[in-house]
Amino acid sequence: MNWKTTATAMGLALLASTGLARADGELNIYNWGNYTSPDVIKKFEAKYNVKVTITDYDSNDTALAKVRQGGTGFDIAVPSQTYVPIWIKEGLVQETDPGKMENFKNVAPEWANPEFDPGRKYSVPWAWGTIGVVVNTDAYKGPTDTWGIVFNAPDELKGKVNVVPEMNDVIFAAIKYVGGQQCTDDRAVLKKVRDLLVAAKPNWIAMEYNTIEKMGAGDFKATSDWNGSALRQRLANPAIHYNYPKEGFGLWSDNVVVLKEAKNVENAKLFQNFIMDPENAAGLSAFHRYANAIIGSDKYMPADMKDAPEVVIPADAKPKGEFQKMCAPETQELYTKIWTELQK
Amino acid sequence: MATAEEVAKAAERRDVRDRWLLSAPALLVIFLAATGPLLIVLVYSFLTPGPYGDVKWQFSPEAWIAVFLERDIFDDTLSAAAAHVTIFLRSIKLSVVTTIATLVLGFPTAYFMATRSEKTRDLWLFLITIPFWTNLLIRTFAVLQIIRNEGIVNSILLKLGIISAPIQILYTDTAILIGMAYVYLPLMVLPIYASMEKLDFRLVEAGYDLYATRFQVLRRIIFPLVKPGVIAGSILVFIPALGAYVTPSVLGGGKNMMLSNLIELQFGQGRNWPLGSALSIAVMIIVMVALLAYVRNAGKSGVRHG
Repeated sequence: MNWKTTATAMGLALLASTGLARADGELNIYNWGNYTSPDVIKKFEAKYNVKVTITDYDSNDTALAKVRQGGTGFDIAVPSQTYVPIWIKEGLVQETDPGKMENFKNVAPEWANPEFDPGRKYSVPWAWGTIGVVVNTDAYKGPTDTWGIVFNAPDELKGKVNVVPEMNDVIFAAIKYVGGQQCTDDRAVLKKVRDLLVAAKPNWIAMEYNTIEKMGAGDFKATSDWNGSALRQRLANPAIHYNYPKEGFGLWSDNVVVLKEAKNVENAKLFQNFIMDPENAAGLSAFHRYANAIIGSDKYMPADMKDAPEVVIPADAKPKGEFQKMCAPETQELYTKIWTELQK
Repeated sequence: MATAEEVAKAAERRDVRDRWLLSAPALLVIFLAATGPLLIVLVYSFLTPGPYGDVKWQFSPEAWIAVFLERDIFDDTLSAAAAHVTIFLRSIKLSVVTTIATLVLGFPTAYFMATRSEKTRDLWLFLITIPFWTNLLIRTFAVLQIIRNEGIVNSILLKLGIISAPIQILYTDTAILIGMAYVYLPLMVLPIYASMEKLDFRLVEAGYDLYATRFQVLRRIIFPLVKPGVIAGSILVFIPALGAYVTPSVLGGGKNMMLSNLIELQFGQGRNWPLGSALSIAVMIIVMVALLAYVRNAGKSGVRHG
């Protein structure tokens, strides 16, 4: 048998095997990378005899741009709450009315009727979290519950601070630090923000997303970060602590929506209902390490997450949390200019 | 009076026409594939940005104005776009230095390869191509592992007691340079080697016979003859270096933007696709003009020496 016949035989075998495994239906999920628990997906596939395919994206803007072009073949996407109203307004998603689904009773009251999707007509909560400051306490012993770690770095941390380059998150934090309101277009506040950022930058070592590995290896001693990422860092090195800045910190949530162009609408609805089940929600959390909005999921949560300070916001910090909103396009333009000047 | 000559001419004309017709579909595809996407970029650069990315189909020269001029958001004055100029100059500087570094490393390498015996030459050529088998991103992360504070270089130096604290190489311009020089080196070696292989080394011997020093032989004989290779190599390194995205963001820490990062920002978080398009086209025009000038000059001086 020469290589050509071998290859053909192998190809046929592969075809046959996929043919055998063909499910009743399919479901194409478009989600952030490293975010979807394979175990929960396997369970869904087994339960409904559906073949699930997952495709990754790395930013809300990428996902929005791609879906807007159409013809993606995706059934489900998971935009953040700031973007959900845009997806709705642009007619990219279907009204599947999760508020009337069987498992909706499990959704925590504070998540049942959010501002970005009143009455939960389109979306189902996937995960939620906070954006704060992570510090390696071996390197710095002083107070850490402040954005000052990033914007006014103490001497021990100078040249060792990373900033996750999410423009809106960084500007949000800087506005809070100088005492302004989110989405402000007040020039006096923005001038302070600009000056603060430009003065802070020489003390930053990098502006990178890859914080889990770099904090672990010690390349960074402090960083702005998401709470789930901070949890993974602490599990690798107990000296790494997550902090809720006293000036105010951002809250976010990601939400499962069904696309208007979905071909497998019924399976997509099944999936929306499926992840509102406490055990499944806990399964998702165990993988992505963020909190979910499902009552009763604590029972099934991994032990190291149950009272994790990254997941359970301490009572005294709670009032400082604020849901991040989508700013007006004109305001966004101002922020982009500040951002460009910062990185020039 | 149809002479044989005229018949032949007509046949030839028909032949030429048939050839054009037959190759027309292929030419059309190539033309569209090469210019189609660029035309879209050009059109987009004259439109109005949509509120959340994308474009609105409304003519606007705003994007092109924003490439060169910026309105200060605090005192509303119009001035030259200093941020864009700074980013542009940084990209050019890093690309020029990368080109020089690869030339300094690549020229002797190519010379070494070309002066081996025919059999071993192929082996060296093969070795040069090995890095291409691995994805660029992975090669860049490999460089990161070598130069980071806990990396190979710093650990060895620390262990030998040469340094007492790790040298911060990662997240500096030096790191970007090391990464780019490593990544683009084969692109410099291969064209130089190609011209060097054709070099008649009897000319070098003749030079020595006429009492030329080694340096004179290099400067007056070898260099002029392999110049086309050097020019090709420089272009092959300089242009991708100017547009490099992965290496600066992984090794440079993303603190200081390069051109590609600036353009990416407009399509992503900046939500200003027309400005991104205008910046892309502006970069292309500038590179094209610079290249034309360079090639023309290089060609002229080549003739003079030749």
